[in-house]
Amino acid sequence: MFSAPATAMRDYIDVVGSSTVYAFSTVVAERFGKSSVFRTPKIESTGSGGGLKLFCQGVGMKFPDIANSSRRIKASELDLCQQNGVHEVIEILIGFDGIVLAQSKLGVNVELTRRELYLALAKRVPNPDGSKTTIENPYKTWHDITPSLPKIKINVFGPPPTSGTRDAFSELVLDYGCHTFEWLAQMSQPQSAVKRDVKEKKALLNKQKRLCRMLREDGAYIDAGENDNLIVQKLNANPNALGLLGFSFLDQNRDRIKSAKIDGFLPSFRSISSGDYPISRPLYMYVKKAHIGMIPGVEAFIREFVSNKASGESGYLLRKGMIPLPKSQRQAIEQRMNALRPNGH
Amino acid sequence: MSKVSVKSSASKRLTTMDLVNRNLAKRKRAERRFRFYGIGAILFGFACLLILFSDIIGKGHGAFFQTQIQLQVRFNAQQLQITDPTSKTQLDNANYDAVIENALLRDNGALLDAELPALEKRQLLSLVSTGAVYSLKTVLKNAPETLNQTVSIWLTADDDVDNYVKSIGRDGQGFSGRLSLQQQKWVERWVENGQVRQTFNTTFFTEGDSREPEQAGIRSALMGSLYMLLVTIGLSFPIGISAAVYLEEYAPRNRLTDFIEVNINNLAAVPSIIFGLLGLAIFIGFFDMPRSIPLVGGLVLTLMTLPTIIISSRAAIKAVPSSIRDAAFGLGASKMQVVLHHVVPLAMPGMLTGAIIGFAQALGETAPLLMIGMVAFIVDVPADLLDPSSALPVQIFLWADSPERAFIERTSAAIMVLLAFLITMNGLAVWLRHRLGRGQ
Repeated sequence: MFSAPATAMRDYIDVVGSSTVYAFSTVVAERFGKSSVFRTPKIESTGSGGGLKLFCQGVGMKFPDIANSSRRIKASELDLCQQNGVHEVIEILIGFDGIVLAQSKLGVNVELTRRELYLALAKRVPNPDGSKTTIENPYKTWHDITPSLPKIKINVFGPPPTSGTRDAFSELVLDYGCHTFEWLAQMSQPQSAVKRDVKEKKALLNKQKRLCRMLREDGAYIDAGENDNLIVQKLNANPNALGLLGFSFLDQNRDRIKSAKIDGFLPSFRSISSGDYPISRPLYMYVKKAHIGMIPGVEAFIREFVSNKASGESGYLLRKGMIPLPKSQRQAIEQRMNALRPNGH
Repeated sequence: MSKVSVKSSASKRLTTMDLVNRNLAKRKRAERRFRFYGIGAILFGFACLLILFSDIIGKGHGAFFQTQIQLQVRFNAQQLQITDPTSKTQLDNANYDAVIENALLRDNGALLDAELPALEKRQLLSLVSTGAVYSLKTVLKNAPETLNQTVSIWLTADDDVDNYVKSIGRDGQGFSGRLSLQQQKWVERWVENGQVRQTFNTTFFTEGDSREPEQAGIRSALMGSLYMLLVTIGLSFPIGISAAVYLEEYAPRNRLTDFIEVNINNLAAVPSIIFGLLGLAIFIGFFDMPRSIPLVGGLVLTLMTLPTIIISSRAAIKAVPSSIRDAAFGLGASKMQVVLHHVVPLAMPGMLTGAIIGFAQALGETAPLLMIGMVAFIVDVPADLLDPSSALPVQIFLWADSPERAFIERTSAAIMVLLAFLITMNGLAVWLRHRLGRGQ
């Protein structure tokens, strides 16, 4: 197929992907555009899945150079890349994003464990009498779950199922909390030890996932839309409610909201970076190797991104709320990227 | 319970007037009630509009003002690491950060004799916008003789400082946000010394998007919207009117035209995101056009507004009395002359009103642009139809989703600009209707 003349001379970097990474990628892009000879890259906010799909459409001027993702690329997505001739993809871990459970500053301090969160929000929870059955979630207040918790109605605002924040929450909190019950954790083990049936195992895994991740629908979990600012407003209006937010929103609204301790840790740059705070997810950038040298500035943009100035422990992305990688890890990545050179023309 | 008994009806005949008078009061009351319902509906609408406007203006007016800090900046050649202030490459690569840092430290010299710890130094530096280096560059570029001299310059403050200063002015008690106590003290000292001022925020209109609220502007989004509107007007108006004229004046009434009519009416009610998908498949997928450009956006919006324009134009043509056509035919005019000289000019006010409402709708549309990659971070102001750009409603959407507090007021300010555009366009529609209507 012929490419139109307009696409044949793209002189700016085309980035697509996650809306979480968008918040950081744009900061780097802006500085890069102002301080280098290259044009400011174009950053599209399409969501991780949508971005990787676009990214894997092919090699050439009309396809994006970089995909941002708030999760690791899936095998199916890599297959798509391969089918379309995108053979070499460079994966770069750029930092972490913390997910916080926030509440109004006027609210009573809440300290929770992931197990308690799971019990509070799952649709079906293990029967409190200890038998290996599940019942419809009976808990009305936090106090019903653990007597030391305050007698406040369970009321949590959170993102819709399409959001990456919700995915991370399901995996890191609900699955984890669910698996603290031994019989639920072992549910995915096939009963018939005679033959390890792959199909049966998969079915069991799916069943377990559904059981652990299904959120209750009786009004305790409230889908508050993709906009985190809206959740901040709702928390402000309702001191007894909790809300799931990105860490940068907590950072910007400290005068109105505070965060709950999870598993004994408050979210902070340090506790998230060290991995002590349990709910955080890695942020990735995927780069098409074939585009390095084809589109001007790709390698320079990546170098700016992983530089100490940007993603370091006191870099400018920190001020925007991105949790930096541990020093040694970042330096290793920086070195690897500095070795990148355009592979000829 | 009727008072009129059967007996008395014979003696006392009720006249029509009596019947009318008997329930006249009731009818008048009903009439008044009916009018009040109408007034009530309008008042309700006005109240909603008033709440919306006062909320937006209350939140957004702050964005038109920007806090600046006055500093004595010394363009030390050594610190700048330059020798020749007229050379462009040297100006581009000069170390302005060092100069600003020096100015800030000297400004606080009276306050702190001891060397500042690294953390406090960083906090002090973060009070000035990261964009301040560009204003220093402009100053030095325009006046190269100031090298090695001390100049008093107003520098743009960081968004956290901006929020703080604005909230002090509003309710006396500052919204400290992310500022530390030390930083608040520094700012308060500046306020006392008169080193802080609020100026009109020109950046908001002259710059493209930025992730630093104090450097963010709507220029790139506005230009993107204008380019798209140009494409939409240029294509959909002539196509829409030609289609309407053919369908009303020439097309035979048969099953085919009925089918077309049903389809046009259907298309007018299709959700706009469907047009985005269509645009993605046709213009980007099939014609291989790049993503995120105003040309594709304009084409998609053309598809979206066409049905609206065709329907309103047909209604306007239908409203032209057939006596005018007959008279023109009677005087020997050809079909084309009848249409071009009589029908279209008379229908023009109605057609324009419909078209402008369609364009206003297109101006405020976000959903279809999502599919063709215009929900993007664009800093550079687009220079032509093929440069990547976003659009005004998209900019509002992106800012509303940003964590920075200062974007709240900028979101409202951008909404105000969009509303101003819509009001202008609708006002234009009313004016055109009056003006062209009078010519009849």
